[in-house]
Amino acid sequence: MERIREFVSDFGLPRIIIALFLVLLFVAAPFVGVSVASSLSNTIARFGMNGIMVLAMVPMIHSGCGLNFGLPLGVIAGLLGATISIEMGLVGAAGFAAAAALALAFAALLGYGYGKLLNRVKGDEMMIATYVGFSSITLMSIGWIVLPYQSPTMVWGFEGEGLRTTISVEAFWDKILNDFLAVRIGERFVFPTGMILAFCGAALAVWFFLHLKSGSAMTAAGSNPAYARASGIDVDRMRTGSVVFSTMLGALGIVVYQQSFGFIQLYEGPFSMTFPSVAAILIGGASVTKASIANVFLGTFLFQGILTMTPSVINSVLKTDLSEVIRIIVSNGMILYALTRKTKVAK
Amino acid sequence: MKSKLRLLLIDNAVVLLFVAIIAVAIPISAMPLKYLAQEILTRLGRNAFLVLALLLPVMAGMGLNFGMVLGAMAGQIGLILVTDWNVVGISGVMLAAIISTPVALGLGWVCGQVLNRAKGREMVTGYILGFFMNGIYQLLVLYAMGMLIPIATPGILLSRGYGIRNMVDLIGVRQSLDKLLVVTVAGLKLPVATYLVIAAMCAFIVWFRGTKLGQDMRAVGQDRAVATASGIPVERTRIMAIMISTLLACYGQIIFLQNLGTLNTYNSHEQTGMFSIAALLIGGASVSRASIPNVIAGVVLFHLMFVVSPIAGKNLIGSAQLGEFFRQFISYGIIAVSLVLFSWKRKADVAASREALRGGSAPASGPSKGGRA
Repeated sequence: MERIREFVSDFGLPRIIIALFLVLLFVAAPFVGVSVASSLSNTIARFGMNGIMVLAMVPMIHSGCGLNFGLPLGVIAGLLGATISIEMGLVGAAGFAAAAALALAFAALLGYGYGKLLNRVKGDEMMIATYVGFSSITLMSIGWIVLPYQSPTMVWGFEGEGLRTTISVEAFWDKILNDFLAVRIGERFVFPTGMILAFCGAALAVWFFLHLKSGSAMTAAGSNPAYARASGIDVDRMRTGSVVFSTMLGALGIVVYQQSFGFIQLYEGPFSMTFPSVAAILIGGASVTKASIANVFLGTFLFQGILTMTPSVINSVLKTDLSEVIRIIVSNGMILYALTRKTKVAK
Repeated sequence: MKSKLRLLLIDNAVVLLFVAIIAVAIPISAMPLKYLAQEILTRLGRNAFLVLALLLPVMAGMGLNFGMVLGAMAGQIGLILVTDWNVVGISGVMLAAIISTPVALGLGWVCGQVLNRAKGREMVTGYILGFFMNGIYQLLVLYAMGMLIPIATPGILLSRGYGIRNMVDLIGVRQSLDKLLVVTVAGLKLPVATYLVIAAMCAFIVWFRGTKLGQDMRAVGQDRAVATASGIPVERTRIMAIMISTLLACYGQIIFLQNLGTLNTYNSHEQTGMFSIAALLIGGASVSRASIPNVIAGVVLFHLMFVVSPIAGKNLIGSAQLGEFFRQFISYGIIAVSLVLFSWKRKADVAASREALRGGSAPASGPSKGGRA
């Protein structure tokens, strides 16, 4: 009994409820005529699509910058990379590689400036990051209209001005990772091997980095800045590094997302990326100050699982579309829980 | 003397910047001044009350109350019910206020409890709480209303039989407060009754600052540790500040919507928080300091920009869409910049007071968290 109670308090009640809820959804699915195979397939696809963006939370949490509400900056870098790659007319693997490379380059630049800014506002990062993210989205909206793009797939036809709100990547690099070595089992289940491999690769890179010398220094800078400074670590440099790393992961993440989704969403698109990613890592067991790769995997799977399963299962049971409301309550409730939780002293 | 002038300039940098932007934008937009003046007078009545609701939490050191959207939701629930019961005119507005009062107080209490568990990050927590409650609000309005809560008017229900429509026409209460007493000066219509309500609110805030509770709030805002030591119930005081703020936001939203005349059921409240906060900051307030003049100046400047920028953008670059994005960029950007500036200033103050403790040459100003509300 004691051990159960300890497990509950360690793992967090909301997390357990969400996990049980997801299991319940999968169990209930066949009874309401929802195919488990296709649900699982969808869940895995979404897991791969969103994973790297959730991973982008990890470096910043480690260095003590809190939850990365500034994810839109990375997303914008990714959008720039993707649109420029299409503008250059590159198709297939070359196009995707160019998009990713350009995205990473832009992200490094933006992340550097953003990191410098966050160093000067220690303690207030999260709120400022939110609004820096929002204002850069609207600034870029002006950019999408003004920037001199030419490609006919992207620019509005006759009367319009600037880029379209959604751009199809079908003729360029649609599902290029998803289809790489994809395994099809039965009629309804597809395992997007390439995309999952990309996610695992990125996760491995983060894991290695965190266990290298500079990674440990970064974690030290986050958990105890005064101690880190005393042991000769340049705290500000570590924080900037983590922000650049996070932003680059965000940029890569959105490019992977786009190739699976099939569309690039400009203008207000990036608004909807941040909260799901923040919520996912928190559901996985991370807190405002602590996060691991395992949190990312577990959290992304649970959160995306619920997003996939609620529309189909709940709607067939209740005959009404509650999924949007459940999404809002679960994701924001999770963030709220993390923000108000008293951090437990390590045992 | 010179440094004093510099300080004055720095303190009012945001206001001056906006005056400059607007001074350039008005001629470009080529809008008639009389139209602008009427627009601003209307919008002052519509929005000032909402912005006033932000003052108390700032005084209590809780920053900008992003949780004010909770109050706005409460007000909307009241208006939906009043519309359903077909209570019209000023009595409809009053009844809506009465129904939503307990809802707003309850939500304010919840908000205060949550913020007490997140001291030091009240703003981001309040912001997320707003989103969370939006989910609960949708559950109530989109599903429970018409299913569990009886709604008699089919016109405001979705065609499926439950859930409120996206747009509710508030025809019964439309502008009933504004039109109660209209005075025309030089061809401009002034909604005097609304102005009187706002003035009464200002008077209340001035009076409240002098009461025991008001003084306690200022003490809590300046230093929680000192306030605790002098026997002020800090947590309770903070909850009171948020409850009053939520209640005022609720009344503010009712005033706002009776002027507009249509309720955008699922969006009206979402923008309330951001627009009110942006307006307050543009008026020269900061996270730790906000006054009634800031509110008035902010509403006037923010809404001048609001009215002028799309047209100015269109005339300047030939794209109204661009002006719209520019307006959004300014709203978000101004909040970001204010938060950054405040954070820098606080750090500089802490450094200066530390220097002073060491016996350095810096003036012993101490952390300036003055609660001039």
